[in-house]
Amino acid sequence: MDSLGSKQTVLQVEKLSCIRDDRILFEGLDFKLTNHQVLLLEGKNGSGKTSLLRIICGFREQDAGDIYWGGDKIKDSNYYAEMAYVGHLDGVKKELTVLENLKMSLSLGQQGVYRIDEALDKVHLSGYDDSLVQSLSAGQKRRLSLARLLITKNTLWVLDEPFTSIDKQGIKLIESLMHEHIVAGGMIILTSHHDLDLHEVDVQKINLSLCH
Amino acid sequence: MSAFFAVIRRDLILAFRRRAEIANPLFFFILVVTLFPLGVGANPKLLQAMAPGVIWVSALLAVMLSLDSLFRSDFDDGSLEQMLLSSHPLTVLVMAKIIAHWLVTGLPLLVVAPLLAIFLGLPEQALGTLLLTLVLATPVLSLIGSIGVSLTVGLRRGGMIISLLVLPLYVPVLIFASNAVEMAGNGLAVDAQINILVAIFFMSAVLAPLPAAAALKMSVN
Repeated sequence: MDSLGSKQTVLQVEKLSCIRDDRILFEGLDFKLTNHQVLLLEGKNGSGKTSLLRIICGFREQDAGDIYWGGDKIKDSNYYAEMAYVGHLDGVKKELTVLENLKMSLSLGQQGVYRIDEALDKVHLSGYDDSLVQSLSAGQKRRLSLARLLITKNTLWVLDEPFTSIDKQGIKLIESLMHEHIVAGGMIILTSHHDLDLHEVDVQKINLSLCH
Repeated sequence: MSAFFAVIRRDLILAFRRRAEIANPLFFFILVVTLFPLGVGANPKLLQAMAPGVIWVSALLAVMLSLDSLFRSDFDDGSLEQMLLSSHPLTVLVMAKIIAHWLVTGLPLLVVAPLLAIFLGLPEQALGTLLLTLVLATPVLSLIGSIGVSLTVGLRRGGMIISLLVLPLYVPVLIFASNAVEMAGNGLAVDAQINILVAIFFMSAVLAPLPAAAALKMSVN
């Protein structure tokens, strides 16, 4: 089952606080995420979901607290080799082709479970290899940035609103990819306004509107 | 290392697909240099005396205008976030971007500058020195400029601030480079200026990517 390595890895967040413009978004946030688990962040707009994800990615400095990966602080661990992030920005270049974009992501990371053509097939973009990304629709771009998760080696997926601009069929597709990742021993942190439909998966929920 | 070359390769492909945008600094360089004879009159002695300074100031401004493109599009479309998250050191990736930037903006200047120098009547014996100073110092312009852009890329209107940040740092390059060309034109030895330019080149190659990477981390938050 554990194709991502049998070693248990844990993402642990301790007493995390985030203050923005004199407003406390959340404080004293604790949680623990381990293999085969999903963490769904909920909360109303402006409750700090994206801020929390950006702190977990290391883009933003937390105002208090620590984040540990496998027992070490994330800066001292191999965290960045084992995580992948898809945020509001797709992180693909519109002047490059689908294939060129994925090859670039691959050279920034390490070869993962799927080859590029397999991943494109998975996200229903096969045949678009040589299309420029600027000719893709918003939903297709989104699926392309999710294909990045499949081709690189990673345990933790950090997804900020992965279902934005994706149709019903696409949502099912992403849920099945997430399910597959979790079953294989991965972990996922995501924000979403859409109810998750994941069977037999351990989903933790944290509502940030209540974390003051 | 593969990531380093992949970034250079990607930026060169991007530059090729945005040809028009990339050609702008070059045309700017040519235009500014040709404006001087129109403005100060076609006195050959005057133009000859001004040539080193005119060419160097124009090259400096042309590079500065192109700086914003160094990180702007990567910042806007999230590619920069992905680079920050890669397990490769950001300084290495930044260095790759700077090299690509120099290849598309600095290198074309090297090709055109001798023609413009002849056009301004720069003595032939100074052409070699002019090229040498450009080879040594245009990479420095990209390197130092990268610090300025990475500090301002998060601001929506960073253009004016970049020039205020970066131009003062370009002053030493301008002084030594244009002085070397001028002295070479008079048949004097220029070893001292060239040595200093070499030193500036190595120093900025080693030191510039570090603060640039740190500033990029700050800009993405």
